[in-house]
Amino acid sequence: MSQNIQMTLGQMEAGQVGTVIQILGGRGLNQRLEALGIRPGKKVTKISSMLFRGPVTLRADHTQVAIGFGMANKILVEINKSA
Amino acid sequence: MKILLMGNPNVGKSALFSRLTGTRIIASNYPGTTVEFTKGALTFGQEQADIIDVPGTYTLEPTSKAEEVAAEILQEGDLIIDVIDATNLERNLNLTLQLLERPVPVIVALNMWDDVHHRGINIDVARLEELLGVPVVPTVGVTGQGIKELVSRFPEAAAPQVIYSSSDERWAKIGDIVSQVQSLSHRHHTWREVLEDASSHPAGGIAIALLVLVVTFFVIRFIGEGIINYITDPLFNWLWTPLLMKLSLALGSGGFWHDILVGKLINGNIDYFQSFGLLSTGIYIPLAAVLPYIVAFYFALGILEDIGYLPRLAVLMDTLMHRLGLHGYAIIPTILGFGCNVPAVMATRILESRRERFIVATLISIGIPCAALQAMIIGLVGQQGIQYVAIVYGSLFVSWIIIGLILNYTVKGFSPELIIEIPPYRFPPWRVIGEKLWLRVSGFVKEALPIVLGAVLVVNILYVLGVFDFIANLTAPLLTGLYGLPKESVVALTIGFLRKDVAVGMLAPLGLTAKQLVVSTTVMAMVFPCVATFVILARELGARDMLKASGIMLAAALIVGSLQNLIL
Repeated sequence: MSQNIQMTLGQMEAGQVGTVIQILGGRGLNQRLEALGIRPGKKVTKISSMLFRGPVTLRADHTQVAIGFGMANKILVEINKSA
Repeated sequence: MKILLMGNPNVGKSALFSRLTGTRIIASNYPGTTVEFTKGALTFGQEQADIIDVPGTYTLEPTSKAEEVAAEILQEGDLIIDVIDATNLERNLNLTLQLLERPVPVIVALNMWDDVHHRGINIDVARLEELLGVPVVPTVGVTGQGIKELVSRFPEAAAPQVIYSSSDERWAKIGDIVSQVQSLSHRHHTWREVLEDASSHPAGGIAIALLVLVVTFFVIRFIGEGIINYITDPLFNWLWTPLLMKLSLALGSGGFWHDILVGKLINGNIDYFQSFGLLSTGIYIPLAAVLPYIVAFYFALGILEDIGYLPRLAVLMDTLMHRLGLHGYAIIPTILGFGCNVPAVMATRILESRRERFIVATLISIGIPCAALQAMIIGLVGQQGIQYVAIVYGSLFVSWIIIGLILNYTVKGFSPELIIEIPPYRFPPWRVIGEKLWLRVSGFVKEALPIVLGAVLVVNILYVLGVFDFIANLTAPLLTGLYGLPKESVVALTIGFLRKDVAVGMLAPLGLTAKQLVVSTTVMAMVFPCVATFVILARELGARDMLKASGIMLAAALIVGSLQNLIL
């Protein structure tokens, strides 16, 4: 059995893999993330987050990207959890 | 003919540029090393072409100032070399497909080709070429592999002008291309990746940052002192001093020309810090006091830059930098400032908003002493004891934080969030590190030596004319009242506008106490940037913001200097 759970990138745990489903932001944010290869349908791995609401580091394909905590919480991902 | 080197940030355009033109320019392993267009010349066949290194851009729909300029210059190009990072095919192809929509011929350099194999990536170059409709040449910028083939295929460059109606359609096409040309093979985690992950974790990141800081400090000291003790000081003491003493005798041990060329004899001898002649202090300061530390600093910085450590430091520092109205990436211009404030202020272009650029440029001018100034502070203040050097650095650091906090509250606007690509750790060949070091060191000698000599000459002439006595008497109440400094030190502070290293050197003959040295060097570091930085500040910030920044510098120096005088 497996189920899909939705959460934001900020809520993910380090090491988890998820698929981006939506970016809850304006055109500007969408464009900037897209330029770095982060867009709906993309598989991303969360690598870490810094303390005190610091930036979140993730990997998409072979690129590592660090984004601010606020932005990370605007990226909605779906995680496949096998139960 | 105009050739444009375009591509995503940090794909190696500058390294390729150096290879193509033979003109060395600074290349590093972080996005945004190049903020200005660099032009060079290239001859291929019978033709002579201008080649332009365009700052990196992810897209032609500009999202930052640097990307705007990149999109603009596109109209002037006759040929585009689209440099793509072979290890990041998908993301890089987004820009490639956008370029292929335009009516300018394109040739693709598939760069970082050496990195592809140990990442377990296989790319079918012939198929990629077929799908894109333009030549694709695998290259390695740092070693020069593939450059000849790239140039020889310029005539084949084409402009297919395939236009996509939406970015979704473009991404679909990219997905299609990647699935046809790229295959991934499984491989084990390398030690490089383990280290990469460790430096992204909070605890590991802090531990690594502290280690890097300590190692860097000792490397700089070891190299700097080593060069001084074993190379420059022996050269000056054994070779140059006897020559100068002969000249001094020939000139009659005194008089106008003697004082200008050799300077004043201290107890019948030449003292390189105090004599202040063109051929004594004028040459000693740039070449023997400052140069060793320039070599040491840029050696350490070059390695940190090329390995790709700086973006990771930016992530680590992000939370702190937000308090100062900045985000983590502002740490990069700040670190460059410890070498020289001029490239540091130019590097503020990697930040998005005017507000951030104003804050970071002001903070650099106030709190970040350049290598030349630091070398002199260590040399002069260090004679009194290392704790006094620590007070100077501590005062600068605290001022940097406090002024940052204040600016964050008072300058209108907000600080945008960090969004950066973290490059993989790389270790470039020593030759590449050496070339970059040589570029920076020879740049220092060419730019600093004439100004130092000019400053020493001006100082000597103004002394003779008695101009300094006039200024000294005028400002005496301020200096003695607030700072507790002798009135003669105003001369040094004024000369600080020309060159800070010369200015600190001028404090040497005044016989200041340790406390007075601390106050005067701190004030000198804060009060005004040197004229070169001043010009760049005006260019980058505009006249109004530059004046604002100068006001803040003056106020800060006034307050901090008098506080030091009160407390110490």
